[in-house]
Amino acid sequence: MTALVEIRGVSKVYERGAQKVEVLHHVDLDIEEGDFLALMGPSGSGKTTLLNMIAGIDTPTDGTLSVAGRRIDNLSATALARWRAAHVGYIFQFYNLLPMLSAQKNVELPLLLTRLSAAQRRRNAGIALQLVGLADRVSHKPGELSGGQQQRVAIARAIVADPTLLVCDEPTGDLDRQSAEEVLGLLQKLNRQYGKTMIMVTHDPKAAEYAKRVLHLDKGTLVETASA
Amino acid sequence: MKYFPLILAGLLRKKTRTLLTLLSVVAAFALFGLLDAVRVAFNAPDNVAGIDRLIVASRFSIIQPLPYADYNRIRLLPGVKEVAYANWFGGVYQDPKNFFANMAVSAKSFLDTHPELVMPAAQKAAFLKTRTGAIVGQTLADRFGWKIGDKIPLKATIFPKKDGSNLWTFDLVGIYHTAQPELRGLEQQMFFHYDYFDEARQFGQGTVGWYIVKIADPAHADQMAQTIDHLFANSSNETKTESERQFQLSFAKQIGDIGLIVSAIMGAVFFTLVLLTGNTMAQAFRDRIPELAVMKTLGFSNGAVLRIVLAESVLVLLIGGAGGLVAARTILPVIAAASGGQFDLPMTDRTWLLGLLLMLLIGILVGLPPAWRAMRLKIVDALAGR
Repeated sequence: MTALVEIRGVSKVYERGAQKVEVLHHVDLDIEEGDFLALMGPSGSGKTTLLNMIAGIDTPTDGTLSVAGRRIDNLSATALARWRAAHVGYIFQFYNLLPMLSAQKNVELPLLLTRLSAAQRRRNAGIALQLVGLADRVSHKPGELSGGQQQRVAIARAIVADPTLLVCDEPTGDLDRQSAEEVLGLLQKLNRQYGKTMIMVTHDPKAAEYAKRVLHLDKGTLVETASA
Repeated sequence: MKYFPLILAGLLRKKTRTLLTLLSVVAAFALFGLLDAVRVAFNAPDNVAGIDRLIVASRFSIIQPLPYADYNRIRLLPGVKEVAYANWFGGVYQDPKNFFANMAVSAKSFLDTHPELVMPAAQKAAFLKTRTGAIVGQTLADRFGWKIGDKIPLKATIFPKKDGSNLWTFDLVGIYHTAQPELRGLEQQMFFHYDYFDEARQFGQGTVGWYIVKIADPAHADQMAQTIDHLFANSSNETKTESERQFQLSFAKQIGDIGLIVSAIMGAVFFTLVLLTGNTMAQAFRDRIPELAVMKTLGFSNGAVLRIVLAESVLVLLIGGAGGLVAARTILPVIAAASGGQFDLPMTDRTWLLGLLLMLLIGILVGLPPAWRAMRLKIVDALAGR
């Protein structure tokens, strides 16, 4: 069976002035459809870089990266943007909602890139907000929501276009324990009930417990594999 | 269009900043509307069609006098009903800051050709028979508290008397008003006898500043103007016959090249506007770098982000610019009314069109640098705050 995400010999070198820093070193990784993968490791280990490359917001210096059988490491900026819109839902540590837009409008954002009508966009955003338990907060702006609620709006935004992958960068890093557990429970539900493939970067071992599989990165190399 | 809420959200992110920027754009375009109306008025070709009163002045300069001898030649032309003449006096009442227009006129023919100057018959008769008599408009009389019987001393700035004195004293014998509100500007003037002026002045006898020609058929005004100018062509005193409005504008043009002055002011205003809004847009872009990076992460292409940022800038200019032009359109009739019709400046379709082009041009000019940077923004660097 072919993996949903296939990473072969991926390296990433950043240039900081005259200095070259290798963040990832020949990483090979397969992620199956429906997987819930937690990427752990110390700061600077390259986990966020790997996540960003899987999400198509960064490109490898070397190696290949395919998602659902399509190479994304060699796409142009425009093609990559189009690919992200169709295949990736990104959940940030600090939610990154647009402060002037209501929860509804924030969730509708990815749908602006589709051919859906305004009414369809509104309806789909409503369904996504209902799924994350915020049907009664559609008109609230981010500043009027708690951190946990904002992250749930961000999750609704990530799933509203029904992407192939959900990538989460420290999704609970800015939340208290209770909110974090609610968010992680929601992610787990999306994975188990709706079959969403998830890749999550976290420092938190408790968060990693929600994943089906945990990988550790150290100095740009995968060092350990554990299954939940 | 579906990005409009996003564009609006970008603008409303810092409401005070957007409002202040909008106000500066409104002010700039209101000024543009007013100044362009002035420029259009000064540059508009004269059209005398349908006018029953023409002004005949020197072709070379309105300060160049015409010989009195032209009076009969004009009066005898077929189609001429009446001819009056006038000479700018430029006297000062007490202090130079008390400026008002004062002129020596051919009393009877002047009143005959200016039926809009309304005053009691007794005052009119008194004016015609009093050699040192003068009439003033109601507004001017109110301004200085003058009443019939007052002696009004004017200090000459151009024409001293034969005895070397600069002090001319006139007897106020009439106060006129105008029936139409749009002519209220005429009430800020003073007229006195040309005969008295011409006899007493030290130089320039036998000349007049300009002729006022009342014609029988306004439909032939154009032809009449050409006939008059043709009459004096190739003489030492060639004439230029035009409408009163154009004549007034020519008077104002003595200050200098009004078009150039207006263009220079507008250039300075828009240069400042570009710097001001450019700085604001750049600041707005810096504040929103993480948001733009998030939008790109969601799948907005570089081109879409460029268009959104650019549209914000153009939208500010369009809203503010339209507001400014509407303000100018509202102010111009107020100025016209306040000046009694003397500054009845038109706001043409050309001004609206030019304004629209300037809004788009400035919007693109100030929006392009931040839009370009937004387009080139690297998501990973922007999210990391680099």
